[in-house]
Amino acid sequence: MTSNLSRRHFITTGLAFSGLAAMPSGVLALTDARARTLVDAVVSDINRVIASGKPVSVMISDFERIFTRYADVNIIARSTLGADANRISSSQMAAFTKAFRGYIARKYGKRFNEFVGGRIEVNTVKAVKSWHEVKSTAYLRGESPFEVSFLVSDRSGKDLFFDMIIEGISMRLSERTEVGAMLDRRNGDINAMIADLKKAG
Amino acid sequence: MLPSNLKLLSKPVSRVAALVGLILLAACAKPDPAQTTQEAFDPYEGQNREVHQFNRRLDRALVRPLAKGYTSVVPDDIENAIVRFAVNLSLPSDVVNNVLQLNMRGAIEDAARFVVNTTVGLGGFFDPASEMGMAAGTNTDFGETLHVWGGREGAYVELPILGPSTERDTWGMAVDLFTNPLTYILESPESFAGTAAGVSAGLSKREKFGDTIDSILYESADSYAQSRSLYLQNRRFELGGTAGNTYVDPYDAPATSGSLEDPYDQ
Repeated sequence: MTSNLSRRHFITTGLAFSGLAAMPSGVLALTDARARTLVDAVVSDINRVIASGKPVSVMISDFERIFTRYADVNIIARSTLGADANRISSSQMAAFTKAFRGYIARKYGKRFNEFVGGRIEVNTVKAVKSWHEVKSTAYLRGESPFEVSFLVSDRSGKDLFFDMIIEGISMRLSERTEVGAMLDRRNGDINAMIADLKKAG
Repeated sequence: MLPSNLKLLSKPVSRVAALVGLILLAACAKPDPAQTTQEAFDPYEGQNREVHQFNRRLDRALVRPLAKGYTSVVPDDIENAIVRFAVNLSLPSDVVNNVLQLNMRGAIEDAARFVVNTTVGLGGFFDPASEMGMAAGTNTDFGETLHVWGGREGAYVELPILGPSTERDTWGMAVDLFTNPLTYILESPESFAGTAAGVSAGLSKREKFGDTIDSILYESADSYAQSRSLYLQNRRFELGGTAGNTYVDPYDAPATSGSLEDPYDQ
C-alpha cells in the first residue's frame, strides 16, 4: 500500500515536473501578445527570404525551414487526412507527415519569387474559439494589398500556427481537398498516396 | 439626343420587368444547410464536372494561348490602361448595387471615383483616384446585393466560360447585365467598347495569375474539387468581410475563421 502510494506520488510529481519543463508555453494560456510574437517571427523570416532574391530552390528550403519551425506540421498534416487519419498506422502517419512537409514546401516555396520585393505587416490579434487569429496584410508589387491570417494555438504544448488564410482561403482546408482527391485517385491506398505526394508540388 | 432617349424608354421597362422576375426566382432558392460549414452544397456535381471539363479544354486550347499572345503583343502600359478602363466602366453598376445594399458610403465613394477617373483620368484609362488616395472601389455585384438582402448561397454551379459560381451569384450576374446605367445611355458601338475592354481585361488577368490558375487547373489531383473549394472559401470571405455585413445575421453568414473547426478537437 505504502509503496503503491509513493509510486503514485512519484509518478504525479514526475508529471508535474515534466509539465514545469514545458511551463513557458504549456501551462500558461496563450495570450494575444504571444500569438503576435510568433507571427511577428514568421513574418520577419518570410520578409527576409523574399527580400533576399535567392534562387527558387533555396527559397523552397528556406520556406520548409520556416514552416517546420513555426507551424504545427503534425496537426496540419493530420487534419488534411480527415477521418482517414484514424485508420492508418503511426509509421504511415510519420511517413505521410514527412512527405506532406516536403510537398507544402515545394508547392508554396516555388511561388515565393512572386513575392520578391513585397512585404507583410502584422495588424491585429484576437481570440477566436480556442485559438488566436493574427491578421496581417501582404503588400506585393503591382497588386492591391490582401489579407493573410495566421491561426495560432498552444494546444500542441508550444505556440505554433496551424493554418494560414489568404483572402479567406485556408491552406489547411484547400490541402484537405487536395489530399482527399489524391487518396480517392488511389482508391484509398495510403502508401500509394504517400508515394504520389513525394512527387507532387 | 432626346428622341433617341425616348426610343430607349421601352427597353428599360422590359428590363425592369425581367429584373423583378429574376429577383422573385432568386428568392425561391432553397436555403441550404451547407452554408454554415466549409462544405460545398453541390447537388449538380455530375453536370458541373462536365462543364468543368469543357472549361478546362477551352482554357487549354483557346483562353491560355490567347492570353499569352495578347499580353506579349500589347505593351504593359496599354494593357494596364485597358484594365483600368474596364474597371472604371463597371463602377456605375457598383454604385447601383451599393444603393440597393443601403451601403451609401460605398455608393458615394464609387461615384466619386467614377467621376474623377472619367474626367481627370481621361475616360478611365488612368486612375488618378487611387493616386490621390481615394477609397478603393467596393467592387460589388448583384450577388452580394442578394446576400445582403438575406439570399442564401444556394448550390454550387460551374458556368461555361465564366467558371465557378453559386446559384445566388449566377442570378446576380444575370441581373448585373441590367444594373449598369451606362448600358442605357451608350448606343451600340460605344457599349461594345466596354465589352471588348472587359474581355481584354479578362485575358490580362488570366496571364497575371497564370501560375496560380495553371496549378489549380492542371496540377491538382482533382481540379474540379479544388476550384470549387477555393471559389467558395474566397467568395464567403468577400461577402463576410465587407461593410455590407452590418445588415446580416452573423449566424447566417459564416465568419471566415469562425467556421473553421479546431483540428485539436479530433
